[in-house]
Amino acid sequence: MRAGQNPALIVVRCNLLATTRGFMSFVILQVIVGGLLLGAVYALFSSGLTLVWGMMNVVNFAHGDFVMLGMYVAYLVYTLLGAGPLIGAPMAMLVLATVGIIVYFALIREVMKGPMLAQILGTFGLALLLRYSVFWWFGANFLTLPENIIGGTLDLGGIRIPASRLLAGIVALAVTFGLHLLLTRTSLGSKMLAVAEDSTAAQLMGIRPDTMQAIAWAIAAGATGLAGALIATFFYIVPTVGETLAIVAFVTVSLGGFGSVPGALVAGLLIGVIESLSGYLIGAVYKDIVVYALFVSFLWFRPQGLLGKS
Amino acid sequence: MNFRTMFALSCAAAISFALVSQASAEDKAVKIGVIFPMTGNAASAGIHGKAGLEVALDIINNAHPELGSFPLAKNAGLAGLGGAKLELVFADNQGSPATGQNQALRLITEEKVVALTGAYQSGITLTTSAIAEKYGIPFVNGESVASNLTERGFKWFFRTTPIATDFAKVYYDFLTDMKASGAKTDSIALVHDNTEYGKSVADTITTAFKEKGVAIALDVAYASNATDVQSQVLQLKEKKPDVVLMISYTSDAILFAKTFQAQDYKPPMLIADDAGYSDPSFIKAVGKISQGAFNRSSWSVGPAGSATAIIAKMYKEKSGDEMDDTVARQMTGLFVLAEAIDRAGSTDPAKIQAALKATDLKPDQLMIGYKGVKFDDKGQNILASGVIIQLQDGENYTTVWPKANAEKPPVMPYKGW
Repeated sequence: MRAGQNPALIVVRCNLLATTRGFMSFVILQVIVGGLLLGAVYALFSSGLTLVWGMMNVVNFAHGDFVMLGMYVAYLVYTLLGAGPLIGAPMAMLVLATVGIIVYFALIREVMKGPMLAQILGTFGLALLLRYSVFWWFGANFLTLPENIIGGTLDLGGIRIPASRLLAGIVALAVTFGLHLLLTRTSLGSKMLAVAEDSTAAQLMGIRPDTMQAIAWAIAAGATGLAGALIATFFYIVPTVGETLAIVAFVTVSLGGFGSVPGALVAGLLIGVIESLSGYLIGAVYKDIVVYALFVSFLWFRPQGLLGKS
Repeated sequence: MNFRTMFALSCAAAISFALVSQASAEDKAVKIGVIFPMTGNAASAGIHGKAGLEVALDIINNAHPELGSFPLAKNAGLAGLGGAKLELVFADNQGSPATGQNQALRLITEEKVVALTGAYQSGITLTTSAIAEKYGIPFVNGESVASNLTERGFKWFFRTTPIATDFAKVYYDFLTDMKASGAKTDSIALVHDNTEYGKSVADTITTAFKEKGVAIALDVAYASNATDVQSQVLQLKEKKPDVVLMISYTSDAILFAKTFQAQDYKPPMLIADDAGYSDPSFIKAVGKISQGAFNRSSWSVGPAGSATAIIAKMYKEKSGDEMDDTVARQMTGLFVLAEAIDRAGSTDPAKIQAALKATDLKPDQLMIGYKGVKFDDKGQNILASGVIIQLQDGENYTTVWPKANAEKPPVMPYKGW
């Protein structure tokens, strides 16, 4: 950077230097970085939900349990093959994509013919079925992957970034970008959108709604499985973990704007940073209050979400 | 009549016959309701508790002369009731106070249990015991530590475990001793969730320490089942307390251990208030990065061949896990209840209540390190006590305090990973 070219940047730089001297503001920087990484994870496990809820208009209450299944796949890959997330994550993606297709044909296709309530109860039932099947098979014990499965923590001048979270963050960006390209730049994406908008009209145009919906479910569940496998590298694994995570996914998608993949990313990052900052500055018990108060008041002004179409 | 109708009818007949014969076999059994979190985030604790109570049931219902002076072990069943067997009816509280309450109601009115035990989480013991009180059914709790449970003037609630006030004193004495041996213990931080358990234990410790002239330097509260605890860890890292006291259930305890490592934070001394840190799955998951954590306990396995060692072995065979303090306290609760029913010689709730009030068990009649069991007017065991243990190798807890009970001296500072 040449001096004098951009005074604003220099000021920012000076501020950064100054803050490293004061521990208090230095911690704030760490809190923000941590919040961004957390937010990227939120965005990552919300991307699948954006697709089925935001676009296909199906509320999938089993979404959190798809994340949970992805975590268990990563765990199995580790215990059976001794392999890390490099194999576990693609495996989780494949397994969950298959689960997504099965779930679509066995359940979703049928309940979509019924009223909204049938969807809600159907996917909620699925959530419980998945949760307690895993519960029965693996038991209620808390499991974890070894701490060093993704090489430790990076230390950038005192700012600590766990490699596992950084990887999750990078994958979150890649998945968001990939999904966005798929939906806006490919004919497959246009077909999926067409089916979502008017399945009868799409059928008249020679698009098979069933196939498109199934593909959407495979992609959504696959992305969710991938997210689960990556989250498993720094979170505990337990059959009920989906419950803990799912609510954030729903908030992220509705804040981001239904059907907007980039919106979910922005919303995820925003929620992560607000949670971290309010948790640090006000107190952890209040952070959910802050997040949800802002969320509700934001939707009051802009019900379509951050980047959703009005 | 075609084949299908025949088949269906014979099935129905077989089922009703089975039900009838089961009912007549149960006429003699003494039914006790057990409310545990069998699903939900605390299911790990509930499932271990269930295995523990089933071992206790085996000891009570079958002859176990190898256990010596242990009450109810020598002969099969309850001698005071003509050898009647005990039957446990398990119910799932799903980690919710409201569900627990419904289950208590169901156990009392439909299953006709003569007494209740459980319900692990203090907040759920609070609601379930209120139902027992209303129906006049004895409730013996072996594991919930929130002080207020025995401050409600209940007549049917009995608690065998040491409670928050007992442990506040243990922590204070322990810290005083550690200070005398050169450790810095001036600033203390409490980290706790916002459940009945977390709040009440934190409050009790704060009050007890204040009475001794020690102020708690930092109080870090968080919502239970957190998705992220980084900001709390950074708060600790910034304030640098000498002692961090963790009051957390398993899920959050694991997340804290992982975040401590990610943020490279090691408090000089970490004391855990049982709960999550005693869960075997905590030790398996993050024990190796929590080396040197102190914890409270009333359980000690004892020398080989002792009654406690035999019971620990039975439990390991049943559950596949090592006996932990929580399970031992839960089993003790059931033993105390069964001993009272045996002594009452009746399943009449009022007679069981009277027998519980007259309970006077000596240390050698217990599987746990209490000085005995004797209830005060509030139903609290006044002889409950405990020791401090330490996770020195990241795999097994060792008793380190008080000196009289210590297997090894305490190791400082907290090692972590």
